[in-house]
Amino acid sequence: MIDYSSLLNENIKEVKPSGIRKFFDIANEMDNVISLSIGEPDFKTPWHIREAGIESLQKGRTWYSPNRGFNELREEISTYFSNRFGVSYDSSCEVLVTVGGSEAIDLCLRCLVKNGDEVLIPQPSFVCYEPLTVMAGATPVIIETKSENEFRLTKEEVLSHITDKTKLLILPYPNNPTGAVMRKSDLEEIAKIAIERNILVLSDEIYAELTYGDEPHVSISSLKGMKERTIVVSGFSKAYAMTGWRLGYTLGPKEIVDAMTKLHQYGIMSAPTTAQYAAIEALKNGYDDIKSMRDEYDMRRRLIVGGFRKMDMDCFEPMGAFYVFPCIKKTGLSSEEFCTRLIESKRVAVVPGTAFGDCGEGFVRVSYSYSIKHIQDALARIESFLREI
Amino acid sequence: MKKLLELLSENARLTTTELSFLLNEPEEKIKAQIAEYEEKGIIKGYRTLINWEKVPNAGVTALIELKVTPKKETGFDEIAQSVMSFDEVESVYLIAGVYDLAVFVKGNTIQEVASFVSKKLSALDSVISTATHFLLKRYKDGGVSFAETEREEDKRGLIL
Repeated sequence: MIDYSSLLNENIKEVKPSGIRKFFDIANEMDNVISLSIGEPDFKTPWHIREAGIESLQKGRTWYSPNRGFNELREEISTYFSNRFGVSYDSSCEVLVTVGGSEAIDLCLRCLVKNGDEVLIPQPSFVCYEPLTVMAGATPVIIETKSENEFRLTKEEVLSHITDKTKLLILPYPNNPTGAVMRKSDLEEIAKIAIERNILVLSDEIYAELTYGDEPHVSISSLKGMKERTIVVSGFSKAYAMTGWRLGYTLGPKEIVDAMTKLHQYGIMSAPTTAQYAAIEALKNGYDDIKSMRDEYDMRRRLIVGGFRKMDMDCFEPMGAFYVFPCIKKTGLSSEEFCTRLIESKRVAVVPGTAFGDCGEGFVRVSYSYSIKHIQDALARIESFLREI
Repeated sequence: MKKLLELLSENARLTTTELSFLLNEPEEKIKAQIAEYEEKGIIKGYRTLINWEKVPNAGVTALIELKVTPKKETGFDEIAQSVMSFDEVESVYLIAGVYDLAVFVKGNTIQEVASFVSKKLSALDSVISTATHFLLKRYKDGGVSFAETEREEDKRGLIL
């Protein structure tokens, strides 16, 4: 008998399975469950974008693309980012097309950090940063953001976690699971520290287009002195409802993007060709789609925040992504207990805040990437659950 | 507030509180606006979409094409008025094309509808000819899919 556990890499053994999974699996085995647990758009990819993918297949464009992605796509990405967020990247060497934003995060970590380096990871946040940091051989240093700061990352929090070994700060805003955003003034304080302490920033801006209210998303790369030390990760999944196409990109200094391209070239070769043709169409003619989907999410966001507040749940107003992160401490239950009892007694699936870091205790993540009717029904069930406990 | 009308046309059971969240307007303003729409006849009523095929002995529906001679002064309006005054008639539309009025008629049986068409509709002065089509299956109505096979499930899986 082979003892596989002795064969597995020590780092992968340390990596815990994702905590979002569990409730989804429970929900899948029950009937009549209303889920508010999914973290992807419920919209389908706009038809003209799908058509561009189909057309490329009909024309037989089924080969690999250049390693960095098609030139036309990189040019479009560069134009888009400059128009939307005011930072210009050279499409020939500062843009890399990846398999989703996730690949870019992985590449970035593996190209930048080594054993002994520390990576600052604000939590609650998406589940991939910590495991990928561990697999890259570095040490994750968790920063617990606070609900009283609406889960923004503060200057003090960063300063109190910096050591001589700190190499990289991950900046996951707009944030999954909290819906928090960082305003320009918040980013300026972080940028100042990054520059003074010579820290690089990996800015995961996958939800940038899903920012609500009058103040638009600001990329930290647009601040003075930051373009040279920021690696921006984004993609098509959330903005254009293209999750299944698996297409993302990274923007950063040439030397870092070159290194990431090398790793991408050996590990992945090139991002999916069909998806790239669709993405060119998305960037050329898809901005109205973004706007109409954003408006729809915004309506649902107000419905769900209003609904929770009416039930007397503490719920700060999320200004980004498609999640609300209500506090459930009043119920006296832990996040996990709350979610288990909610699904067992009312058949509503939400995700415990602890899936996104220990500091998510006392909160649950509720996705509003669902129809109004669906949200209405789920809220009614949650309300009756709260009355009964 | 066209958006208010759009939301209500999709789901008339949204409460004014919910509408006030969705539209980011005070509830009082929503209430006043709905009252105004009702007053002006923009909102004509609130009904339920029922899949009658699932209800036993719910009867039959037919689409009747009517060719008519328009009147000198009143055009098609007068004849449309006469047609719509029958209780059996569900809806009446003036059509541009090979015929003039599209009339939806409900009855308990095919025979009943057929007899209504021949005895009542055809008997009207201005009616030149009729063609009756019985509805066999309702796939979509009022923007809602009625076909069981077409019902779309949430196929999104959770990957993390």
